Parts: sequence; C-alpha cells; structure tokens
Amino acid sequence: MASTAARTGGFRRDPRPLKKRLADASAPYLYSAPALILIVTVMLVPLVLGMSYAFRDIQLLNPFSGGFIGLDHFKTLSQDQNFYRALRNTLWWTGWSVLLQFVFGLILALLLDKPFFGRAIVQALVFLPWAVPSFLAGLNWAWLFNPVVGPLPHWLFALGVMNEPSNILSDPQLAMWGPIIANVWWGIPFFAITLLAALQAIPRDLYEAASIDGAGPVQRFVSITLPFLAPTIAITVLLRTVWISNFADLIIVMTNGGPADRTQIVASYIFTQAFKRLDFGYASAIALVLLALLITYSMLIVVLRQWLLSKD
Amino acid sequence: MTGKRFVSILAHRLAILAYVAFALFPLYWLLKVSVTPNKLLYSEGIRMWPSSMSFEHFEFVLKHSDFPVFFKNSLIVSGSTAVVVTALASLAGYALSRFNFRGKYWIVALMLLTQMFPLVMLVAPIFKMLSPLGLTNSLTGLVIVYTAFNVPFATFLMQSFFDGIPKDLEEAAMIDGATQFVAFRQIILPLTLPGIAATLGFVFTAAWSELLFSLMLISGNDAATFPVGLLSFVSKFSVDFGQMMAAGVLALIPACLFFLLIQRYLVQGLTAGAVKG
Repeated sequence: MASTAARTGGFRRDPRPLKKRLADASAPYLYSAPALILIVTVMLVPLVLGMSYAFRDIQLLNPFSGGFIGLDHFKTLSQDQNFYRALRNTLWWTGWSVLLQFVFGLILALLLDKPFFGRAIVQALVFLPWAVPSFLAGLNWAWLFNPVVGPLPHWLFALGVMNEPSNILSDPQLAMWGPIIANVWWGIPFFAITLLAALQAIPRDLYEAASIDGAGPVQRFVSITLPFLAPTIAITVLLRTVWISNFADLIIVMTNGGPADRTQIVASYIFTQAFKRLDFGYASAIALVLLALLITYSMLIVVLRQWLLSKD
Repeated sequence: MTGKRFVSILAHRLAILAYVAFALFPLYWLLKVSVTPNKLLYSEGIRMWPSSMSFEHFEFVLKHSDFPVFFKNSLIVSGSTAVVVTALASLAGYALSRFNFRGKYWIVALMLLTQMFPLVMLVAPIFKMLSPLGLTNSLTGLVIVYTAFNVPFATFLMQSFFDGIPKDLEEAAMIDGATQFVAFRQIILPLTLPGIAATLGFVFTAAWSELLFSLMLISGNDAATFPVGLLSFVSKFSVDFGQMMAAGVLALIPACLFFLLIQRYLVQGLTAGAVKG
C-alpha cells in the first residue's frame, strides 16, 4: 500500500501534502520526546555506566582510582561473608513482609467490601499509612520501639513477652522484626486497595446464585472469590516481592543495617558501600549481582507460569 | 439466626476498629509526644495523653532550627518535580493514548524497563554524572533526578485518564479546523483536570518521601530536603524526642493534604502503578 501511494505520488490515496504527512507521522514522537530524552539520560545512561563501574576501581576519594580491574570485585564479592548474610536477610525481610502485607491486606479488603455506615471515612483512615513518607514511617516505628519514648517495649514487658522493656532494634536476634513490622504497617494499604478493586469487579449475582444453591460463606469464598482474585493476587505478590526486596529506606532509617549487620539487606548494603565507603566500583558490582538475581527470579516466574498454563 | 447475624456484624465492626487503631496509632503517638512538654516526657512515658500540653517543641523547631529551610527546600523540589513530571507525562501519555505508531511498543517497553530494576543501582553513577556539572548539593539536580524517576509511572497514569475521554471530542474540533495540539490543549486537557490533579498529588508525595538519592546527592544544610535534615538532626540530637517528633508532624502535613486530594484516585493510580509496584 505504501508503494502504490509512492508510485501515484501519494495524491490519490492520501490527499495530504508531504509536509503535512511528515508532521503527522512525527507528532507522537514529538509528544513523547521530552519524557524519553529525560528517561534515557537520567536512567538508561547511568544504568549502563553503573554496569561498567562493576569492572572498574572507582573510589570517590581516591583520585588515582578509575582503572579497569576485570573481575576483581566479583572475586572479592564471592568471599564477602557480609554479602551472603545480606542475601539471607533479604529473603527473610522480603518473605515475611510480603506474606504479612498480603494476608492483612486481603482481610482488610474483604472487610471493606461489605457496605457499612461510615465506610468512606474508615477507608480513608486505614489507607492513610500509605501516604506517610517512608523515612517518617521508619522513624516513627523506631521511636515506638524505643523504651525511652515508645510504649511498645513497656506493653510487651507488661504482657510478659519481654523480660525487661528493651529496644528490639538493638537486639541482634529480633532487630529485623522492627523494619518488617513498619513495612507491614506501611504496605497493607497497597494490597488492600488493589484487592478491593478486584473484589468489587466480581459480579454480585454470582454470590446470590451460589447462596440460592445452598453454598455457605466459606464455600462461596473458595469457589467464587478466590478464583476471581487469583490473577490479581499473583501479579501484585510477584511485583511487590521484587519491589520490597529492593526497598531499603526503612532499614536505613531504623537500624542502618545493624546491629552487627543483622538487618543489612542487599539493597541497603549497596547503598552503604556507595554512601558511607564511597566505593562506587564495589557497590556497582553488588548491584549487578542483585540485578542478575532479580532477572533470574522473573524468568523463573515466567517459566512457572508457562508450565502451569500448559498443564491445564 | 438473628443472633448469629448480630455476632458476625459485631465481629466485622471490631475487626475494622482494630485496623483503624493499628493504622492510626503510630501517627497518634507522634502527635502526642510532639505536644508533651519536656518535663513530662519521661515521667509520663506511656500515658495516652500528657496531663498538660505545650507547643514548645513546635516553637523551637520553627524558630531556632533549620527545619523551615528544609521544609522550603522540600516544597520547592517536590512542587517543581510534580509540575514538570505532570507536564511531560501529559504529553507522552497523550501520545500513547491517541496515536498508533511504530515506536509505541518500544516506548512502553523502555518505560516498563525503568520500573523493573532497583533504583539503588543508580546511586553511584548518577552522583558521578551530576558532580562535574555542579548538580550535586543542588535542588535543581534533585528535581532532574526525581522527574526522570517519576515520569514513566505518571505517563501510564495520564494515559489511563486520557483513555477515559472519548476521541470524538478532538475529532470534532479538528474538523472545525483546529490542529491536534490545539484540540489537546483546549479541549482534552481541561477535561482531564481531575486526572492532572491526581498525578500532581502522586508525584508530589513520591518526591516528598524520597530518601536515598537526597542523602547521596545533598551534603550541606542549605540544600537539604526534609528527610536529610530530619535524619541528620536525629543522629546529632538524638535525645530531643519532642523536637524530632514535632518536625515529623510538620513533614506529615503536606503528604496528608495531598493524600486527601488524591484519595479518590488511589485505585486508578495503584492499578497504573501496579507496573511500578
């Protein structure tokens, strides 16, 4: 079609003059150009640059650094016990955060799905933590866990859970639970909002038909609600897993990786290397490994999905 | 049957109440400590409300600390980021919503890609890139970085708003002789005003909360944003809980205002943001 248009000079099929056609064809690119230029220069270029740093010796305070050192960073990394600990901590942090956020978010969505008096206000109030800046959420929970100003240690002591009102953030065994609890508080609204939207898209007459047929609430939940929610659950849990595993704000604010590196996750370890030690090369090498792990995770999910689909 | 029904309603209300309490308690405690006078702070440690209130911490924070500067810096950065992002995202979102073109697939792919990798990877290279340009320790540098980070998500959000507006409107205007850009500016944009407000709110909140890049890029007090200022305050004067929490309450105000503004659009924003995660 393009060739016939070219042969006939484009006049019969397309009455617009060449200049106008060029302008029309370039219009969408002109609209998106400013956004694209910015994304490429501020995100794509640094991404590629960062990957090259992983093979170079780049330390901010050392003017003689900058040379190509091959795989040295990765050799160091393979011996780095702190890195392996951060990797284990990342699994722990991500697993519990996602699980608890999902379970409590789902319960909240189910509770809000029923109409009741004052639902709009309740909804605004329970979703409020989502609007709290993450650094403030972290500080706020750190203060709640602090026996000097916070009530939590005193309550746990009164309940007999603790021997004395102490700060769990300075206890190596328990410290990780501090950021996890803050993260659950902060992240429940996200799951609740997404799941609530999915719940409200389920046709109501399905439930009516099911209860006429004698299905109880549990049966209705298992055979109507769950299958309808399944795709939303799958996609939000998967995306959230990746996002939370990279979410270092709460940890940096609350514990800064301590005590004794017990709360250091890979993302906060990268940040510490870059920010505190100013070792950009090593930080970029860890970041590259993290990226490879995340890509592997995503590929696994894709393969798993294909396998599940082909089984049906 | 009615008894069972009553019990289930009661359980439902109690569960809701528990959620509300859990969501609000930390913020309540923040407010409570910020109005507790120093002399009562330790003696009435876990009382639900102090026996006497005072605004001395707020007064100190507003008059004798750098927090007003931090607050102003954060407002400038978040406000400019929100405006620039919304402008760029409206244009790009309009292109994705209204045109079918060859590069569309690649643009969407690029924008999705930027949402997939951990941003912490960029901390070091961005510092290295901005430092010779004099854009570290500068609010302009932060605005540029935050704008780039937020544009992809905002573009998808704006696209979803444009998709909700029928195409006939600008087609009618174009038959009357308006160019597409004029139709976009004078007919479509005014109709998306609620969407634009929501995008402004989302981006403002995101920029207001950002921590890692402002920590990395800003070192002096003059250009410090609120998170940087608050954290350095915490590590320097870690005993002044009343003042820290008063500052925390101040940091909460703009975020809560924008939350009220965008509350209605949360679902749309988060479904568009599902790609962002």
